[in-house]
Amino acid sequence: MNQASPIVEIRKLDYAVSNRPIFVGLDIEIQRGLITAVMGPSGTGKTTLLRLITGQVQADSGSIEVAGENLRALSRAKLYVLRRRMGMLFQNGALLTDLSVFENVAFPLREHTNLEERLIRQLVLTKLQAVGLRGAAEMMPAELSGGMSRRVALARAIVMDPELLIYDEPFVGLDPISLGVILRLIRRLNDTLGITSIVVSHDVKEISSVADQVFLLSGGKVVAHGTPPELKSYPSETVKQFMGGLADGPVPFHFPAPDYFGELLSRSGEP
Amino acid sequence: MNALRELWQSLTDSLEKLGSVIQFLLRLTANSPRALTRFDLISQQIFNCGALSLVIIMLSGLFVGMVLGLQGYDLLQRFGSEEALGEAAAIGLVKELGPVVTALLFAGRAGTALASELGLMRATDQISAMEMMAVDPIQRVVVPRFLGGVIAMPLLAAIFSVIGIYGAQLVGVQIMGVDAGSFWSQMRASVTLADVNEGIVKSLIFGVACSLIAVYQGYYATPTAEGVGRATTYTVVTSAVVILFLDYLITAAFL
Repeated sequence: MNQASPIVEIRKLDYAVSNRPIFVGLDIEIQRGLITAVMGPSGTGKTTLLRLITGQVQADSGSIEVAGENLRALSRAKLYVLRRRMGMLFQNGALLTDLSVFENVAFPLREHTNLEERLIRQLVLTKLQAVGLRGAAEMMPAELSGGMSRRVALARAIVMDPELLIYDEPFVGLDPISLGVILRLIRRLNDTLGITSIVVSHDVKEISSVADQVFLLSGGKVVAHGTPPELKSYPSETVKQFMGGLADGPVPFHFPAPDYFGELLSRSGEP
Repeated sequence: MNALRELWQSLTDSLEKLGSVIQFLLRLTANSPRALTRFDLISQQIFNCGALSLVIIMLSGLFVGMVLGLQGYDLLQRFGSEEALGEAAAIGLVKELGPVVTALLFAGRAGTALASELGLMRATDQISAMEMMAVDPIQRVVVPRFLGGVIAMPLLAAIFSVIGIYGAQLVGVQIMGVDAGSFWSQMRASVTLADVNEGIVKSLIFGVACSLIAVYQGYYATPTAEGVGRATTYTVVTSAVVILFLDYLITAAFL
């Protein structure tokens, strides 16, 4: 696989949930070695896109290729082989609550390899050191703060040395210090491990500081695509509203409703 | 007409549910041989379902046995045959009360724990995280819990029966004054291997039913607080009805 070919290639993707279209003819190419952000207002299907890329759900039509493999053609066993080359960070960390921090990070190694205990220990401690939590190895997930859980989950996601690292809303509910730590880790892991990162988020400021390229989704399509500075000066009302955080615009402030005065003056329960 | 349509709808719904439960059971069975190669995971679950239920099983066994001793003595002495108390208590416990009461207690203690644990694992994305780490959650999490329950149930039922017989002896012999020699010798003479086998078969089948219901409800729970709550409730209610229904079928089959 040459370096220039995209690691994720989505072509003419259609996907609907109970007849409500989420994506209509979506096209996305994610280049190797970069940090790609997928942004968009809540409810545009950002997390759904991750679930499609990781093969957790199947597209209705169109194709998704990840690392040269067409997801539609993959058997369950082949999909599992492909997933060993991906790491994913869930919104809340999704640590296994009955295992210690050390065992959580060791989990993929124990399941997929027959490495000696000594080697597993070394690998786990190296990854925990990389996220700054080697000292918390013996703690249980319930004893960790939100930011720490996410860092442990990050250590677990990189323990199998993936080619592709996927972050689902990594900044939600973090204090400024934890946020800075996660941002730095995303950049550092991407560059030192030579991997590709996909970050799904709606935090414009944070993403702008870390992403190499951004896809802005709205209404089931990519409405803008480019580097963060390019997006800031993008000549589109939708993009301006999102990047500037404006309350009203193409995405209206009001959820569709019947006429305001009409409803106020009508008797209760009657239209 | 509406009532008929609703009746038909609920009938097809329950058949659909039954079908998906059976499908789930087949999936678990297909995965069982490979899960058995990692017995440490299963023994952990035998500990969770079995050892941690011991206190409630032993206490209940003791009291059920003691009540059996009292009631049995009262009934048998009307016919002047209180020496048969040992036989009556043992057969009642080994064939019927041991497996059934153990299964009901198991559903309440271990079944709910299994269902809520799996439901919460789904709600907190732990199941999805495993899938993303290319680890099959059915293989790694569900099958060990299912097999742990299936193995623990007959063991618990056996302990229940033994403690129950001791309880019946405590009341019948020590308090009501039934002759100890005839209590034990009549029991030995009349309880056959077939009686014991019936008890074992029952508790094995109850073990499969209870564990299956619990892991199914937990694994497919709606990933919300309300959904997990509903899953645990359904686990207890469904298990209780299914146990009593199966009990009738198995008893009829053994006669």
